[in-house]
Amino acid sequence: MIKIVNLKKSFNSHEVLKGVNLVIPGDKITFIMGRSGTGKSVLLKHIVGLLKPDEGEIWFENQDITKLSERQLQAIRKKIGFLFQEGALFDSMTVAENVAFPLKEHTNLSKKEIEKKVEELLSAVELFEAQDKYPSALSGGMRKRAALARTLALNPQVILFDEPTTGLDPILQITIMDLIKKIKETFHLTCVIISHDLLLAYKYADYIAFLDQGFIIEEGDVEKIKASTHPFVVKFRESALLELEKKEV
Amino acid sequence: MKLFQRLGRNFIKFLRDSGGIFLFFWKAFFYTFLPPLRLGLFFKQMEFIGVKSWLVVALTALFSGMVTAYQVHHALVKFGGQSVLGGVVALTLTRELGPVLSAIMVVARAGSAMTAEIGSMRITEQIDALKIMAVNPVQYLITPRIWAAMIVLPLLTAIADIIGIAGGYLIGVLVLGIDHGIFMARMEDMVELIDIMSGIYKSIFFGAFMVAVCGYKGYYASGGAEGVGRATTEAVVISSVGILVSDYILTTLFF
Repeated sequence: MIKIVNLKKSFNSHEVLKGVNLVIPGDKITFIMGRSGTGKSVLLKHIVGLLKPDEGEIWFENQDITKLSERQLQAIRKKIGFLFQEGALFDSMTVAENVAFPLKEHTNLSKKEIEKKVEELLSAVELFEAQDKYPSALSGGMRKRAALARTLALNPQVILFDEPTTGLDPILQITIMDLIKKIKETFHLTCVIISHDLLLAYKYADYIAFLDQGFIIEEGDVEKIKASTHPFVVKFRESALLELEKKEV
Repeated sequence: MKLFQRLGRNFIKFLRDSGGIFLFFWKAFFYTFLPPLRLGLFFKQMEFIGVKSWLVVALTALFSGMVTAYQVHHALVKFGGQSVLGGVVALTLTRELGPVLSAIMVVARAGSAMTAEIGSMRITEQIDALKIMAVNPVQYLITPRIWAAMIVLPLLTAIADIIGIAGGYLIGVLVLGIDHGIFMARMEDMVELIDIMSGIYKSIFFGAFMVAVCGYKGYYASGGAEGVGRATTEAVVISSVGILVSDYILTTLFF
């Protein structure tokens, strides 16, 4: 479980987060939704300590992450994985080397054991055949799957996904989300996903939170969100349905 | 009023960059003494900064030595002092041209590539990915480069000294007709160990300075591909000018 208390963050004079309060349930898939530029990625980067808040607390395993030094954060980061929007794979390394990287850095596994683990991870994300390719030779979906394998290498308890389906075609979106669901169940993970896609959230989320104008304005399970009368959620829902109708036409 | 505003803004930027580069260097240097020791990356950087730069440094030194011999001979012949040509060429090379030209060529070849590589890692979130994987990015990216540059720059300077003097010899003895014995004897008379070592010490400083500037500019690059281009230009300009300015300061300290 991750507990966010009164989180505030400004860039220059622009207030992005004005007091976010949210409890992210453990062992579940939580979607954080909202319009572009409302600070969803900023919120996610605070959870893993990439950004320091102006005010507020983030509690994980009885520790306030915001008070930890860079060195203390390293221990937390082995438990919280982060999947960047574009994957952030090291472009000077092959897919297999990318996945092996955290294992070489943080485990005492032999070369053979690392190779075996890399094979397992790449098979889990159905990317075994691309292990010798460089990131520049991969499609967007493959890059995301390779990055997911790398994130899984250290057996994290939590994975934060920054728009894992953005820019992918609808079939690939479903493939990636199915993969996330499968991996969440196999490895008993807590997954936090940033997305704009309400229909995907309805299908895969256990919990949904809406971020707007620096606050969490609505949160709950899928049924609660479907029944919400909050004007922003209503508008978001209508837009999502309109988008669906356009696709069907 | 706008002129003062611009001057003030540039002055503040200069102070911020100077302080940032200084602190960035010491942070990277300090991480040398914290585990893990990244020997593999250190040797890789030695190869990139040193081995792959030797040819361009050698070529630059060869032609600089040759042109120096020509020009100095032209001046010396006016008062019949051409016999000291060997000494003057060797002093010019070991004290100034060897270390400065080597450093500037390394900035152009390896420093610019360093800023571009680290800068593109920054904008594609690869540096954040290192942090997320509990790897200290400064220790991983900058510390091995600082040590590699501080070791290979003196070696490149030594190569530049030898090849530059050989170029001067080629012109002085074979083209301008100075006696081989006189050329070598004057060189031995005039060049002392401090002349060679001052160039070597300077090059150690230039190596550290180049990585601090180019690494810093890449590490804090922002604004997409255009930002990386801007950071690379700034890194090359600051490094090159900084090398020339610090060369003057170091020369006054040594002699």
